[in-house]
Amino acid sequence: MTSESIFELWVYLAATPLAGLAITLVAYVTGYAIYTKANLHPLANPVLIAVIAIVTCLRVGDVAYGTYFAGAQFVHFLLGPAVVGLAVPLARAWPTVRRLAVPVAGTLALGSAVALATAVGIAWALGASPETLASLAPKSVTAPIAMGIAERIGGVAALAAVFAVATGIIGAALGKFVFDAVGVRDWRARGFALGLAAHGIGTARAFQVNPEAGTYAGLAFGMHGALAAFVLPLLWRLAQLATGKL
Amino acid sequence: MSPFLAGATWLLLFQCAGEAVSHVLGLPVPGPVVGMLLLFVALRIRDRIPDSIGVAADALARHLSLLFVPAGVGVMMYFGRLTGEWLPIVVALVVSTVIALAVAALTFAALARRAEDTQAVAPGTEQ
Repeated sequence: MTSESIFELWVYLAATPLAGLAITLVAYVTGYAIYTKANLHPLANPVLIAVIAIVTCLRVGDVAYGTYFAGAQFVHFLLGPAVVGLAVPLARAWPTVRRLAVPVAGTLALGSAVALATAVGIAWALGASPETLASLAPKSVTAPIAMGIAERIGGVAALAAVFAVATGIIGAALGKFVFDAVGVRDWRARGFALGLAAHGIGTARAFQVNPEAGTYAGLAFGMHGALAAFVLPLLWRLAQLATGKL
Repeated sequence: MSPFLAGATWLLLFQCAGEAVSHVLGLPVPGPVVGMLLLFVALRIRDRIPDSIGVAADALARHLSLLFVPAGVGVMMYFGRLTGEWLPIVVALVVSTVIALAVAALTFAALARRAEDTQAVAPGTEQ
């Protein structure tokens, strides 16, 4: 094979959806192998490793995100059925969850308010643009919901997805250290906090560590998404009225 | 038929139902979240989780984090804005997430302890 024909083959493969799909799986499988090797150390988060590896490859190969996503969308699509499937651990745990209605509702209300107020407050104090603030507001909600919320309140949908994924990675990576620091050993509380603050990626981490934590994470993740979709746009409007920015 | 295939079909059907309900009622909630609520109600009504749905849901949940990779790679489209505003963004994401994790874990643990204490006491006081 001449170098020219190798180049042609590369151009051909890079333009097919197959390449985007393959690189996603290879990067994740590699990231997961490193994560396992590191004894599920939270900082060796497989999503983080995979995203860094893929972004590096795409930049080096000068491949556009759209070309990559043509293949990666098949993985992205499975988010839908996976979210639907979160009903299963919830239904399994329902008898216990029902007895904890007060902790669930109370934590959901306080936790979601804190996640929203601190993110927007800190970014505002440090001089972020209004568009960035609106994209940051739903950061603790799962990416597909965060995109819809950001659009409704004047943010950028794709940017909101990036912030949501980043938040998920940060939460999954730092959760263990935060919970240990504040002395919470209850797996249900640790799981619920991970799902609430770090949505699906935090939930995935919780399932990897402890099944009970995973169940409560899935519960928090689903409820926070549904709650934020209804309430956050209203809160945003109220805040705008209160600060006089109509 | 493999239980996974049957279960995955059910999950997709509930997602379709969720999308339809969300669209028809004009809900701000995405279809999959509505689908999750519908499936949850259906499982509670039947009071039993079919093996097929259990197998498919568990398989997807086990590698839930893989499914976020394509959206995460989208970060490369925003390097310009991110380098311009990196400080507020990074500080807000990290500090806010740490505070939210701590507040949520402490709140849940405290409220759960209280709920269980009163539930443990209640049967005794009935006597």
